[in-house]
Amino acid sequence: MASSSAPSFTFQANGEDNPRQVSGSGSSCRHLSDSESEICPTTKSLARLCSRDKDERAAALEKLSQKILECLELDRAGSARLSKQTLLHLLRLSRSCPLQEVRIRATELLCIAQEEGIEVPRALASGPSAFIPAKEILIEGLNQDVLIESFLSLGRVDHLTMVMALHPSYLSCFLRIQQALFELDGPLPRDWRHYVSVMAAARHHCSYMVQQHSKAFLEAGGEESWLGGIKHAPVKLRSLHTLNKLLAHRPWLITQQHIQELVCAGAEPRWSLAELIHAVILMAHTHSLCSFVWGCGLNPEPDHIGGYAFHPPSPSHIPRSPYSPAHEDGRQELVDGAVEVEVLMKRMVELQQQQEEEECTQEEMVTRFERERSESIPTAVVRGAPPELVLCLVEEPEFRYEDFAPRGEQSPPIMRAQDYSWEDHGFSLVQRLLPDMGQFLDEEFQVVSNLTYNRMAMHEDVDTYTLRKALWNYIHCLYGIRYDDYDYGSVNVLLERSLKVFVKTMACHPEQTTASTYHAFWRHFRHSEKVHANLIVMGARLQAALLYTLRSITAYIK
Amino acid sequence: MEKMSRVTTALGSSSITGRTMFCHLDAPANAISVCRDAAQVVVAGRNIFKIYALEEEQFVEKLNLRVGRKPSLNFSCADVMWHQMEENLLATAATNGAVVTWNLGKPSRNKQDQLFTEHKRTVNKVCFHPTEAYMLLSGSQDGFMKCFDLRKKESVSTFSGQSESVRDVQFSMKDYFTFAASFENGNVQLWDIRRPDRYERMFTAHTGPVFCCDWHPDDRGWLATGGRDKMVKVWDMTTNRAKEIYCVQTIASVARVKWRPEKKFHLATCSMMVDHNIYVWDIRRPFIPFATFEEHKDVTTGIVWRHQHDPHYLLSGSKDSTLYQHMFKDATRPVDKANPEGLCFGLMGDLAFAVNESLVSSDGGRKPYPGGDRRYPFFSFKKPNPTEQFAHVSSALSVFETDLDSSRMDWFVKTAQLYLLSGKPFTELCDHNATVARELKRPQVSTTWTMLRIMFSDPALGPNHSLSKLGGLPLMNSFSMKEMGPESRLERCKGESRQDNIHLEPGNSHISNNNEENEETEGSDGPTEYMFGDAELDDDDLYPLEHDNQTVAEEPVYTLPPEAFQLRHEIIDNPSVPEHLQQDKADSPHVSGNEAEVACLTPIESFSLISISQPLYSPHLHANFFCPIVREMLSHYAERGDVQMAVSVLIVLGEKIRKEIDDLTQEHWYMSYIDLLQRFELWNVSNEVIKLSTCSAITCLNQTSTTLHINCSNCKRPMSNKGWICDRCRQCASACAVCHHVVKGLFVWCQGCSHGGHLEHIMNWLKNNSHCPAGCGHLCEYT
Repeated sequence: MASSSAPSFTFQANGEDNPRQVSGSGSSCRHLSDSESEICPTTKSLARLCSRDKDERAAALEKLSQKILECLELDRAGSARLSKQTLLHLLRLSRSCPLQEVRIRATELLCIAQEEGIEVPRALASGPSAFIPAKEILIEGLNQDVLIESFLSLGRVDHLTMVMALHPSYLSCFLRIQQALFELDGPLPRDWRHYVSVMAAARHHCSYMVQQHSKAFLEAGGEESWLGGIKHAPVKLRSLHTLNKLLAHRPWLITQQHIQELVCAGAEPRWSLAELIHAVILMAHTHSLCSFVWGCGLNPEPDHIGGYAFHPPSPSHIPRSPYSPAHEDGRQELVDGAVEVEVLMKRMVELQQQQEEEECTQEEMVTRFERERSESIPTAVVRGAPPELVLCLVEEPEFRYEDFAPRGEQSPPIMRAQDYSWEDHGFSLVQRLLPDMGQFLDEEFQVVSNLTYNRMAMHEDVDTYTLRKALWNYIHCLYGIRYDDYDYGSVNVLLERSLKVFVKTMACHPEQTTASTYHAFWRHFRHSEKVHANLIVMGARLQAALLYTLRSITAYIK
Repeated sequence: MEKMSRVTTALGSSSITGRTMFCHLDAPANAISVCRDAAQVVVAGRNIFKIYALEEEQFVEKLNLRVGRKPSLNFSCADVMWHQMEENLLATAATNGAVVTWNLGKPSRNKQDQLFTEHKRTVNKVCFHPTEAYMLLSGSQDGFMKCFDLRKKESVSTFSGQSESVRDVQFSMKDYFTFAASFENGNVQLWDIRRPDRYERMFTAHTGPVFCCDWHPDDRGWLATGGRDKMVKVWDMTTNRAKEIYCVQTIASVARVKWRPEKKFHLATCSMMVDHNIYVWDIRRPFIPFATFEEHKDVTTGIVWRHQHDPHYLLSGSKDSTLYQHMFKDATRPVDKANPEGLCFGLMGDLAFAVNESLVSSDGGRKPYPGGDRRYPFFSFKKPNPTEQFAHVSSALSVFETDLDSSRMDWFVKTAQLYLLSGKPFTELCDHNATVARELKRPQVSTTWTMLRIMFSDPALGPNHSLSKLGGLPLMNSFSMKEMGPESRLERCKGESRQDNIHLEPGNSHISNNNEENEETEGSDGPTEYMFGDAELDDDDLYPLEHDNQTVAEEPVYTLPPEAFQLRHEIIDNPSVPEHLQQDKADSPHVSGNEAEVACLTPIESFSLISISQPLYSPHLHANFFCPIVREMLSHYAERGDVQMAVSVLIVLGEKIRKEIDDLTQEHWYMSYIDLLQRFELWNVSNEVIKLSTCSAITCLNQTSTTLHINCSNCKRPMSNKGWICDRCRQCASACAVCHHVVKGLFVWCQGCSHGGHLEHIMNWLKNNSHCPAGCGHLCEYT
């Protein structure tokens, strides 16, 4: 009984590589009739690798390597005795396991396998991110407690986690919120949660997130056909389409009516407010996460489509997957980079001192806000069509971000931060409809806005508050949210144009982020600082989208 | 200074008059404040800054302070305060971080006096010193508080909270130098105005932001705070550690709190989100507001008592762009609507009864409760001061015990456990339940079940009837002849289309009852018979006696074994019939034909051994006919307190009756029954009832918290996928230690070594062994 269901399970979990997988497990069938533990020699030991007990782990590692070596011995003919699944597992371990001994052993095993003539997959990506050199991340990253914890509890450390691990305090908060959103009790069933995220990620053509959540969706028992296109999903989920589209691209257009259509008594299918708010948070969370994924140029996971290849790459041509961020080498020489930092430092100090003295009129302030808002930032590079995998999940793909108020047009009324703020209003509403979630989000916003290491590029002991605030408010400004008590002139002073280009691209057209935009700003800064900037943009974007939706919901309940 | 204010009191309270009234503002208000003599009120908001005079009948706009064609953000006010000593002096906190003072005595249109732009972020609060003319305090989002001397151009001192944004600052009414500040991170700090270097004391008052605080006007040590956590807390600050002395739980985050003048224990609150009402609480009774003002249509943003010594007038401004004056006498008193009596049944039939004492003593006739034999009156709560407005809140609680025998609830528990509600054909369910009821000595209930079976089991008759009509069933006919008593045979003679196989019970209970309806229903049997006609024709003549009509429709081919199975049920069930019918004599009016029945039942048993499957019950009437009667019957049971019967019947009858009873009633019955079941800890039954109910409100009861987290027994990791295999170690998660197969049902395990398996296997194992079957060496104990 168990032995018959095991292969079907592996098949399910790895939906994307069906044909091979089927033949793989089929060919090994002759062996596995005698003992079921040999179906996949590694999976069990792989799980044991996540044990919290050190000795247990060591034993598991020993057993794992023995099993694999055994397989190699037995099958000198080089058949697919080691399933592709196992190989990919090994590959992943060798690259991303935070436990060094495991990493080394997995690499050795792969080498041996290759020597035995087995076709071994290799990761196409050289690290978690296409923008950030792997060694930057791995040096600072892989051995941290938070990563080990993540590995032990989730069984893997994905690229997203690795990059976020540059900021461990944020990462732990992020993992908590992920767990609350996707795992803990809530009004939506688990497979639906992932599907909502898939829908949301598809809007930004983010195949990384789509694949991550598709996988989780299937593991949660989701219907595979839904992934084939949004038309296969239940009507209730499809009815989220409008909200999803607006949340992703133009949240300021969300009105009370949109909420009413989904929630009011006559609506069919009807959403309860708690379900709706859960879905909204899922979507907004995923959208902003897409910004991060694109903004950091995350590479596909080794077991994602486009994340591995079985043929050794020819030295002349490095295959570029169409699913990963563009790899144009945008690095420029560090001309006067140091000078730029100095200038920025000086400006920040000046701003902090001057603020009291310099008095400017109301009009001047409005103009400054308007200028920032409508400044034309070219976010041009239009990329080729998104992969089919993603495209089939998007309705109305042509609906994209448009400036909040393009020059010369009547703008929709701006939102005053003082009239509807997260702290005073949004929190209470979320907390009322989805207990605890408000708390988690509140924590996330606090962590992301207070995160600082008091250093900037090569300087230590810098108060980066003004710079972080400028970034945060600039995003909100792009989304039409205005703070009365903020002088938008400082955005212009502090954020250089290339940074604005990057930030705007990332927040509004994340799928168009390229390595050159990433490399163009803050050329003397550490990568971790750029990731920090990414985090701020992500948090600000999430809050802006949530504020607009929550305001509409408040208006609806009233 | 204090003298002066007392003088004003005397003046003020005599001169204030008015009524509940309101006026429209042009824009949402953020804050309001009154001047000392209670004759004018200032309203401030993002787009409004006006002064209104409070006249007898209405508000009259006196002055618009928002001047200039394109007013600056300095006019966009988050807060406003009118000086309580200096009637020309106002201060506002602007959203852009400016603190502005206004001098109404200025001759020009623009009354702006001083402008302080020292704060970097929005200023949330300004506060004048209660007795000092020139001292102004501000608290801002940037985390700083500043004290201004209005004779100077800039602040005289800055207080840093060392934490997050300041939400409120309030000078103490009694301590000249002290002020309190509340913070976004939940802290409250106390400062001495002379010591800007550090706070005097700090404590955490709420989780999440503390939006407001207010010193008690009379009591030196009391500070009320309100927060996002929906609480209002009153702190006694006289002790070393701030002590929480009262706590009121509201339904939404608390935006403002204001002590009511002249009433030591009263305070008014309004909320920031969702809830638009203003509540006045007596802090000693935190459960229900003392008074409520429900006029506003959007959140109330500012509340202020019109005069600092008059408790009868409350002013409020709101986001709905209105300004109200509320008369206290016009307030809603929620307590008046609250039921002054509480009544509750205990599980075993005891009755507790709480009532306002005055009601009990004045009305002697209400106390004896028929079933009661003892009474314990005691007093729960007594107020010492009868002059207070709701002083007399003392209640008497009486408990009546019923005598043990008459109110035993055993029958309820047994019935709940033994009743079958689904999973078998309708008739069998009825029979079973009838037996259960009879065995518990509840003859009436038992009869009801039997009658229900008879009334609603007509489709069973279809086959027989059609067969006989087709004329191809000699055997069948002979059966019916033998089986039926003289009475039913008589019936049968009435006409050819009449159903042939009339069982005696129907004869007994219904024919006598409903003779006149018989004719009507004769025709209505037609459709039923044709429905089964096709199937019959295809089949061997001997088999069509399958009575579960669903199976008839779906499985046209019958085989003998299942039929035999059915037969057995028959045999078990039938003997019960006469017994209970005999019992019925006592309460049932339909006694006629009893002998006949008893006489002819023996043949049924013997014959059914040969081939008849079901007792060939035949309702003479179309099932719909009975619906009104059944509905009444159910209501009767429910009203008599036997909601169990009502719900059980409802479930067993299912579609047949559901449409007849309105959803609310059904829901009410279900809820009551489920509540009872749960109080008796009959969780399984209660869940079954929930599952079987068709009311959406009920079925969703077991949709909450349905996730059960399990760990794999091998790798000790959480199991995330469905099925029996852990996706991490690819092993069956719950293998039986004896047979090594997956346990897909009851899993029993040793608490000591956590090995276990199939219940049966483990039981067998332990007959011969005392050690764990897994070989771990543990001496397992299973009890």
